[in-house]
Amino acid sequence: MSEATPKTPAERLDAFLARAPYAAFIGMRAEMAGDEMTATLPFGPHLFGNAKLLALHGGLIGGFMEMTALAQLSASETSARRPKTIDVTIEYLRPGRAQATYARADLRKVGSRIANVHVEAWQDNRAHPIAALRGHFLLTGEG
Amino acid sequence: MDDELKTRLIDRLDIDTGHSAALGLRVVFVEEGAASMAAPWRPELVGDPDTDVIAGGVVTSLLDHCSGLAVTTLPTGYPCATLDLRIDYMRPAAPRATVTAEARCYKLTRSIAFVRAEAWDLDRNDLIATAQSAFSLNPPTKARPQ
Repeated sequence: MSEATPKTPAERLDAFLARAPYAAFIGMRAEMAGDEMTATLPFGPHLFGNAKLLALHGGLIGGFMEMTALAQLSASETSARRPKTIDVTIEYLRPGRAQATYARADLRKVGSRIANVHVEAWQDNRAHPIAALRGHFLLTGEG
Repeated sequence: MDDELKTRLIDRLDIDTGHSAALGLRVVFVEEGAASMAAPWRPELVGDPDTDVIAGGVVTSLLDHCSGLAVTTLPTGYPCATLDLRIDYMRPAAPRATVTAEARCYKLTRSIAFVRAEAWDLDRNDLIATAQSAFSLNPPTKARPQ
């Protein structure tokens, strides 16, 4: 990593999103409010899994939640460590409809090498999530 | 399996529309209870430009779609919704490598399909990820409203 680690969580978040072409491809955005990040995925026709049912692709929702976990880890990480996904378990609770989706990640445990992160994604109502992800991430010093 | 059935299956799972089309996913083969699909590498699908490795989210979509397709190949495998999907990432894919997945439905009940899937880049015997998933099956009356 040639560039210095950005100073604030918001700067680290912006750096993470700017680095990931996949985040731009799906159209993901994210904002920090204090130390809490909310990720937003505006709806687009390239996100349908089933055009007849007008439902978001399940794999896409999983990918969005994984990126949310990686973004929150990157925003919270003050050293040059970069998270790598070890495993994810995705639970689908409701169909994702043709509208914006939001997600927040909860860093349940950030150890010296491994982090455990829970993510929830919702649309109209945060109390009625459309999907959840639980994952382990390896924190390594090199990219 | 004849070509007409293959066409119907591919149509059913919307391979040519929406997110799978945007990702450029393609079907490698389908047979009864199994399917294989590939995600060709493209620069916009990269997760980390330092490594040029395809993003985990693309592999997730590939494994989910391929697993669903494996269920759809079964005579009673009506269009299904993913209940859960567990993915282990054993190693990153090689830079700029196409990722291929193969999924097999190993148990089908009246309401649930259980699927295992594997993904690799260069060597079928050197996996990058494995997946296990459960799908809820929609009854035929709902699947064919006409």
